[in-house]
Amino acid sequence: MSRQTQADVLHDCREAFADTLIALAREDERIVAVCNDSVGSSNLTKFKAEFPDRLINVGIAEQDLVGVAAGLANGGLIPFASAAAPFLTGRALEQVKADVAYSQARVVLCGQSPGLAYGALGPTHHSIEDLSWLRAVADLPVVVPADPTQTAQAVRWAAANPGPSYLRVPRFPVPDVTPPGSPFQPGRALRLTDGNDVTLIATGTMVSRALRAADSLRKEGIGARVINVVFVEPLDTTAVLEAAAQTRGIVTAEEATTTGGLGAAVASLTAQHRPTHLRILGVPRSFAPTGSATFLLEHFGLTAGHIAAAAHDIMTHATV
Amino acid sequence: MLPADPAQARRFHDVRARLAGLSPAEAAPTLREMAQRVRHDDLRMVYRAGLGHLGGDFSVTDILVTLYAGVLNVDPMHPLSAERDRLVLSKGHTAGALYATLAHCGFFARRELETFAAPESALNGHPNRTKVPGVETNTGPLGHGFPVAAGIALSARLQASPRRTFVVLGDGELQEGSNWEAAMTAAHYGLSSLFAIVDRNGLQQGARTEETSHLEPLAAKWTSFGWEVREVDGHDHAQLLSTFRQPGTTRPVCVIAHTVKGKGVSFMEDRVE
Repeated sequence: MSRQTQADVLHDCREAFADTLIALAREDERIVAVCNDSVGSSNLTKFKAEFPDRLINVGIAEQDLVGVAAGLANGGLIPFASAAAPFLTGRALEQVKADVAYSQARVVLCGQSPGLAYGALGPTHHSIEDLSWLRAVADLPVVVPADPTQTAQAVRWAAANPGPSYLRVPRFPVPDVTPPGSPFQPGRALRLTDGNDVTLIATGTMVSRALRAADSLRKEGIGARVINVVFVEPLDTTAVLEAAAQTRGIVTAEEATTTGGLGAAVASLTAQHRPTHLRILGVPRSFAPTGSATFLLEHFGLTAGHIAAAAHDIMTHATV
Repeated sequence: MLPADPAQARRFHDVRARLAGLSPAEAAPTLREMAQRVRHDDLRMVYRAGLGHLGGDFSVTDILVTLYAGVLNVDPMHPLSAERDRLVLSKGHTAGALYATLAHCGFFARRELETFAAPESALNGHPNRTKVPGVETNTGPLGHGFPVAAGIALSARLQASPRRTFVVLGDGELQEGSNWEAAMTAAHYGLSSLFAIVDRNGLQQGARTEETSHLEPLAAKWTSFGWEVREVDGHDHAQLLSTFRQPGTTRPVCVIAHTVKGKGVSFMEDRVE
């Protein structure tokens, strides 16, 4: 499979974020960036150099960051509010709820270095709760790109979307996974491989690992369907329910807590409409030990091998 | 979104046009009379709904009426026009005063006030901009309106627009730290088109502010944060109008409006309960 052979070439998605934002800003003077002293870590250095007046740095003040962004949107601008994901979503959660989502302010919330990307900096800096928190907030799309292509698509989609949105901007290096010409729409997942034995539903950094798992399963004669969920909200319910109906079970994988993210969404949907065998891979409800992001992904069973093992488990225990 | 009341909007337009040509002292009787009618409507609303914050409503009413009738460049027939002045009610629990004022301006029909807090009403206990014309951002939790207002004022500066932004804050609300983040942002960017009006009634839900968590010396706090401070009697329409009409120069302006909770109802005035 050509897609897997390219897996060795890894990309950081932050450059795609920064370059796309700059390209958009050249096209549309309403685009502004807002950050919390995170010009560097929010990948806004080049933006600042080109548009010094359109980079608003409110200092280390995330609540203010999100409120100011909502005010800029009220004034007709399109703010990209950018901060490390744990602080943007945790510290400013009520602003995200009231000022952005409930007020339907056209703010693009950009969660930088999400998931376990900050590794050994520890649980204060991990953003693994964000998917649970933000899925609980009404009227807020939650977008989790899997590679630079999806990151660029997400930035362009969010800028054009008339309402608010939350984007995770991956920091952990990932291979390209997006087939050329893939659509980018709310509520629409990408089917990356066909297969009718078992389904692997993954988001963000887990997508390339799901593809590798599918590859190894295929070598054993197991057809694994890989679904790349880009919009965790709104979820592609059709793709999930089709998978529940057409394959023997579903493995979900995400770099987030399993309490309320992708796996929980799939579980809730299938339990109510098409019960199936499920294995939910993610971070359990525990604070991570010390270690790099790579170590922590291994520690929490978020590897191609673990995904394949979960699929095997379903194949062993599930009746057709 | 509630539709405008065109007849009332026309009357409001005429009142505004007349007041614009008057001195603050000459305009005050009209403002006082309008505030009286707003308080009356608000009282009926809250009494009917059995829900609301009349004490805080009545301390802020004169401020809201003076702004809408005498200061803000707004058109109830076009509530989202890009160049409108913005008013953000950060103390969103006094939505009753805001709704009654907006209805008197023709943003929506006065009869809507009768639906306050009723099932499916646009008039929730806290204001919702997607349903109520004239509301700029959804407030309720305290410490939210000020950062949003700072962002609005910043947008005006980026767009080189002369529009003005006013945010009305409760005094107890200033215990929320997010306000001081916004105060720093506004001062840093020199947002002189931004007015933060503190409804200084001295009381919060359970007790006096000074018994709960000291705000004083309040004026010195704002000054030290880089703001121009003006102190006024928050029930003196002439003083309010004069203060609001005078634009800021280089710094954002904090108006500390000394008010009385429950103003206008003798047995309610300055009482916690």
